[in-house]
Amino acid sequence: MSVQIWTYIIVGLTFGLYIYIAIRSKAASTKEFYVAGGGVSPLANGMATAADWMSAASFISMAGIIAFAGYDGSVYLMGWTGGYVLLALLLAPYLRKFGKFTVPDFIGDRYYSQNARMVAVVCALIVSFTYVAGQMRGVGIVFSRFLEVDINTGVYIGMAIVLFYAVLGGMKGITYTQVAQYCVLIFAFMVPAIFISIQMTGNPIPQLGMGGEINDGSGQFLLEKLNGLSKELGFTEYTKGNKSVIDVFCITLALMVGTAGLPHVIVRFFTVKKMRDARKSVGLALLFIALLYATAPAVAVFAKTNLIETVSNQPYSSMPSWFKNWEDTGLIEFIDKNGDDKIQYLADDSKNELKIDNDIMVLANPEIANLPAWVIALVAAGGLAAALSTAAGLLLVISTSVSNDLVKKVINPNISEKSELWTARISASIAVVIAGYFGINPPGFVAAVVALAFGLAAASLFPAIVLGIFSKRINSIGAVSGMIVGILFMIFYMMKFKLGWLGAIPSSDEWWFGVSPEGFGAIAMILNFLVSISVSLLTNPPPKQIQEMVENIRVPEEFN
Amino acid sequence: MQINKTILAKKYWKKNIRYLIILLSIWALVSFGAGIVFKETLDQIYLYGFPLGFWFAQQGSIYVFVILIFIYVRLMNRLDDSVKKELK
Repeated sequence: MSVQIWTYIIVGLTFGLYIYIAIRSKAASTKEFYVAGGGVSPLANGMATAADWMSAASFISMAGIIAFAGYDGSVYLMGWTGGYVLLALLLAPYLRKFGKFTVPDFIGDRYYSQNARMVAVVCALIVSFTYVAGQMRGVGIVFSRFLEVDINTGVYIGMAIVLFYAVLGGMKGITYTQVAQYCVLIFAFMVPAIFISIQMTGNPIPQLGMGGEINDGSGQFLLEKLNGLSKELGFTEYTKGNKSVIDVFCITLALMVGTAGLPHVIVRFFTVKKMRDARKSVGLALLFIALLYATAPAVAVFAKTNLIETVSNQPYSSMPSWFKNWEDTGLIEFIDKNGDDKIQYLADDSKNELKIDNDIMVLANPEIANLPAWVIALVAAGGLAAALSTAAGLLLVISTSVSNDLVKKVINPNISEKSELWTARISASIAVVIAGYFGINPPGFVAAVVALAFGLAAASLFPAIVLGIFSKRINSIGAVSGMIVGILFMIFYMMKFKLGWLGAIPSSDEWWFGVSPEGFGAIAMILNFLVSISVSLLTNPPPKQIQEMVENIRVPEEFN
Repeated sequence: MQINKTILAKKYWKKNIRYLIILLSIWALVSFGAGIVFKETLDQIYLYGFPLGFWFAQQGSIYVFVILIFIYVRLMNRLDDSVKKELK
């Protein structure tokens, strides 16, 4: 059977499964819509969190980004996993004990102020919308590549499916579809990785194969070989980086803290029963995520070595068929600059003849390794599962923010349960349409901004939540000024050094403390902490009942 | 009874903070320490085919993160259980 037929079969089957689950788990109350009724098992929640977290970018692009960045790619590996340690230790159990539905709920109650709630809602919406706009585009791209439809058609199909199960099932629906999506995506990622590891190193475990000897009888270590090849072609050695230590440090910190501050991740830990379930559930989530994240750098090494060996200085006419297939999609481009009919892949831009898209490393891997057609189709289903699960999780957070945090808590506190549920459904639908609009008409800055969503979350929400739990002294005015200063500094730095909205983008020599915009979230976060603490100390402590509330969320349910 | 509870809650929280400080120090040590600041030095040492600093940055720190959370789960479950007994 051809790849195309396999793709339709596997993708069709998985979609049928998602829709079946969504119908079975329709949300009947706001509690089910917001937090799946609050009784999800730690295991199911761990899988759902992993699927929610790993987007199309993690699934398709990350291995490729690492393959081209080498050591510098470590910022993503450490940043996007290390944040879960912060979640498990500093946030999730206490927020679960607090026991409401959203991050703005916590901030509004803890800082006993509607202003604090509004600032948190605005921060949460800015973070979630910047993130989801990128996801919808991702959904469209994945659909278009695998089902050979137009990108816009892909976005429409994606919108329709997400609309169906997020609007109908709410958190309950997406939780159980995400469990299924995790299984699909991890299987789809691991199968080709294991095959390729065996081919290149004889070791079936990619994480070990990556540090093993290459399978050609030379006895050379794979990484040593890749370092040598990279150097020959004029690139930095693979295991060394180009970024400065301070910048790597700050980007990693910003990504870690940002991960722990992302509303769509935090809200997942409101869905379990107890504090201890929340802790365990974060551990399981990270375990499931680590499976992919520890494999990705191995895939990166295999794919990069394979690629250089296949193409470098080889005649164009002898390229295997996958090379030409992916050339048609524009992901590989070859321009014979010196007219010798051989492919020169070099660091020097004036002589380099090959352009390779990051995504090729995962997408083309099965073909490069000559794997059967069903594996290639599986990768398609995996990419779609990753993209859809993340988009659905984000849309849910947006709709909850609108119906719970804005309508119920600020605009109309007397709203009935039934109308609130409908408000949630309607705002989910509107959010899908807005996200779809951005997917079809991506503003130029979306791609740049998605990476910065982490910086925004780190600069605004994370300090307010942590301080709210670990200090009884932080008061409303302190937290609000901290959040505002943090997010404004982050937005200012983004506009100046990344988006160029404040005149021409200055060169990297002018970065403050040598920190790139991607890493600036770490600095803005520290600023937030400093402002929150000093303003609080200069003003009155929070009222007695708030201090009691803080004491209460620190201890397990048995105390009550 | 009420006073007892308050004292117990204080003790519980103090112990929790101690766990957090220890575990977060390890968290920072493997990632920011071994994977970033001391990476160049550690790269002199090889672990199989991996330069050690590079291994920490792309593999080791991730494994340690997972283990850290499960150690915390274990410690806190035990602490919760002992508190539960005392409250009865």
